Amino acid sequence: MKGYAGKYLTVDLTRGKTSIGRVEESMAINYIGGYGFGARTLYDMLPNPAQIDPLSPENVLIWWTGPLAGTISTAGNKYSVFAKSPLTGIFGFGISSGLFASELKSAGWDGIFFTGRSEKPSYLMIDDDNVELRDASHLWGRTTWETEEMIKEELGDESFTVASIGPAGEKMVRLANITNERNRQVGRCGLGAVMGSKNLKAVAVRGTKDVEVFDIEGLVRFIADLNERCQGPATEKYRIYGTPANILVHNKLGCLPSYNFQRGTFEYAEEVSGEMMLKTHVKKIIACAGCPIACDHVNQAREAYEGATSSVDYESLALLGPNCGIGNLDIITKAVEICDTLGVDTISAGNVIGWAMECYEKGILSKDETDGIDLRFGNGEALLEALKRLCLKEGKLGSLLAEGVRRASQIVGRGSEKFAMHCKGLEWAAYELRSLQTSTLGFAVSNRGADYLRSGSYQVDVKGQVDRLRLDRSRGKIVYDGENIYAIIDSLIICKFTRGIFKSVDEFAKLYTLVTGLSMTGDQIIKAGERIHNLARCFNVKCGISRKDDYPPPRAFEDPLPDDVVKGAVIKREEYDEALDGYYECRGWSRDGIPTKRKLLELGLNKEAEEVGVEA
Amino acid sequence: MESRLRKVIVCDPDKCNGCRICEYICSYASEGVMNIKKSRMRVVRIEPFLNVAVTCRKCEDPVCVKACPRDALKQKPNGVIVVDENKCNGCGWCVETCPFGVIRLHLDKRKAIICDYCEKNGFPQCVEYCPKEALKYVTLDQAARESSKKAVKLLMEETVIGSK
Repeated sequence: MKGYAGKYLTVDLTRGKTSIGRVEESMAINYIGGYGFGARTLYDMLPNPAQIDPLSPENVLIWWTGPLAGTISTAGNKYSVFAKSPLTGIFGFGISSGLFASELKSAGWDGIFFTGRSEKPSYLMIDDDNVELRDASHLWGRTTWETEEMIKEELGDESFTVASIGPAGEKMVRLANITNERNRQVGRCGLGAVMGSKNLKAVAVRGTKDVEVFDIEGLVRFIADLNERCQGPATEKYRIYGTPANILVHNKLGCLPSYNFQRGTFEYAEEVSGEMMLKTHVKKIIACAGCPIACDHVNQAREAYEGATSSVDYESLALLGPNCGIGNLDIITKAVEICDTLGVDTISAGNVIGWAMECYEKGILSKDETDGIDLRFGNGEALLEALKRLCLKEGKLGSLLAEGVRRASQIVGRGSEKFAMHCKGLEWAAYELRSLQTSTLGFAVSNRGADYLRSGSYQVDVKGQVDRLRLDRSRGKIVYDGENIYAIIDSLIICKFTRGIFKSVDEFAKLYTLVTGLSMTGDQIIKAGERIHNLARCFNVKCGISRKDDYPPPRAFEDPLPDDVVKGAVIKREEYDEALDGYYECRGWSRDGIPTKRKLLELGLNKEAEEVGVEA
Repeated sequence: MESRLRKVIVCDPDKCNGCRICEYICSYASEGVMNIKKSRMRVVRIEPFLNVAVTCRKCEDPVCVKACPRDALKQKPNGVIVVDENKCNGCGWCVETCPFGVIRLHLDKRKAIICDYCEKNGFPQCVEYCPKEALKYVTLDQAARESSKKAVKLLMEETVIGSK
């Protein structure tokens, strides 16, 4: 088979030993790459995940590219990282892009597994077949941006691409991420903390080999067509304003979370809109490797924050901005820079600080507990100070926030759990719960926890294809279909912003076959998507996940939205239950949300049917 | 061909976003493979705001040709520099002397490789595939004219057109 390098590297950090494993054709066909490979290998490598402390040497850290990495495939240079998440305690997963995946594939590797724990800080260098664990003592404590520069300098070649953790990952902050090429992150689920727990500071890779493609001429022709489509209306907003275009769209619909999801509109939305940002702050638009869209808008802050530079997307903007009551792009640009350099996920960070602000305003957190910080909504200096302390686990406040919103609210108690906006421990992203109800179902059943990237079910709400202020049984099918397609997208791995340019799933199959030479139909690839999703769910079931965990936080049911456009919107519990039943029915799972033996056997997941599956 | 009619590949740094599609397509167009390390085009990124793609400029009296101790490099009348693989011994003197750093030694063959403007395809494929039209295949005079227009537009739009 082509496309794949055909092998992966295993690094035993405890013993400092490496070995090589083969990627079999059956693995390729059944699990595609990326998400699928991650689900397969995490399930196999952690047979008893409930017993594993995610920050112990027993956890594994798995990196996979997909079949397309290293080729000209449209927005197809991405890699994914997996572990049991220290934030959620379940299937932990994140995807990043840039050039890293291309270099790794070109070096001759589809993936890397890290096991154990290095005795002292180290980083992995991969230079084609030459693999070396190197000392990283001098890099410990450095920001992600400094780490990249220092490693390139010491390896003597700028063409090494570096993925690293910042001080937050080293200190095992549960929101810590992994950063490559400054602005690209494996953002969610705290995988940077797993790297930190293993004393692994970075992975630096340089590849010089050809990536073999089955039908290279056919691929180049197909990509010319796809790239052309990428200049059309389906991706226009990403090209012009980037994802921040959503600020005003969501504000108008009453689904822009503000003040820790107490409201769905923001009075300063204009000031932090994508339109305003382009006019006043965007200094450069950049693209990931092989991407014809280019959505990444790099900002430069002004005035008091002059010199701060960061790549600001919708999620970062909405959570660190409106969700914390901040209507100032200079502060937001600085806040994102702190997150990116010190190494935490902007979504989770903005969410947990929004929660702390609500606690503070309600008198649940005292000024003593915030280490003297006046943590009111809208206080920009307080946001930046709280962020730094979160990243460095400094003081009472920093140590509390570093745990993520679920744990922090359990520690504080006093009713703060009611407005801790998460699902399964993962902080809710910037889609309001009550005014986008199909989206909420999608977030709540996601394999990662509150997640907009597992099904994209917000789209039917935002586009007005359903009544977004209520739920019914039929929404289950929408989420189910979305999840299966997104599982393919995340396994190939391609950027979700291209989803609108593929005419049908047959084109995903066509792309797969052109690159790999393995025959694949649209039906087969969708089946693979379903298989992958079920496999990740089986891992979660082993971690104790069932129906009880597939619910949004209490605020969704208990606090009607106050905003005029969506006044009184709230999720009715019986409607939600009905929609959830509808979802399980499509999935072929029991009413308690456990995959049935029958469904698992149908998907060829025989071991899982035995270990996890229930009778209907 | 008169040298003033020579067309070169120029890059608009405002439009170039560092996607490297030119490098991928170049490796295919010139070698039939996917490997950006075999590209004749080089995408330069200088953090945090600068991207530009550079390739052979078809210099007048090119220093690389003069520098080659084995006379392996020749410039054709249309400006394209060709490498005689039989003469080239991979010493890399041309790589070092090129002021734009756009000559490389082939990873496997260890011979100098220089952009040939896709002579066999008839049109530079990097320009063809650039999704943002940042790359253009024009004479230097045309490129300069575009720059003038852009500058005038920027400077004059508000004062002349915008004042209505």
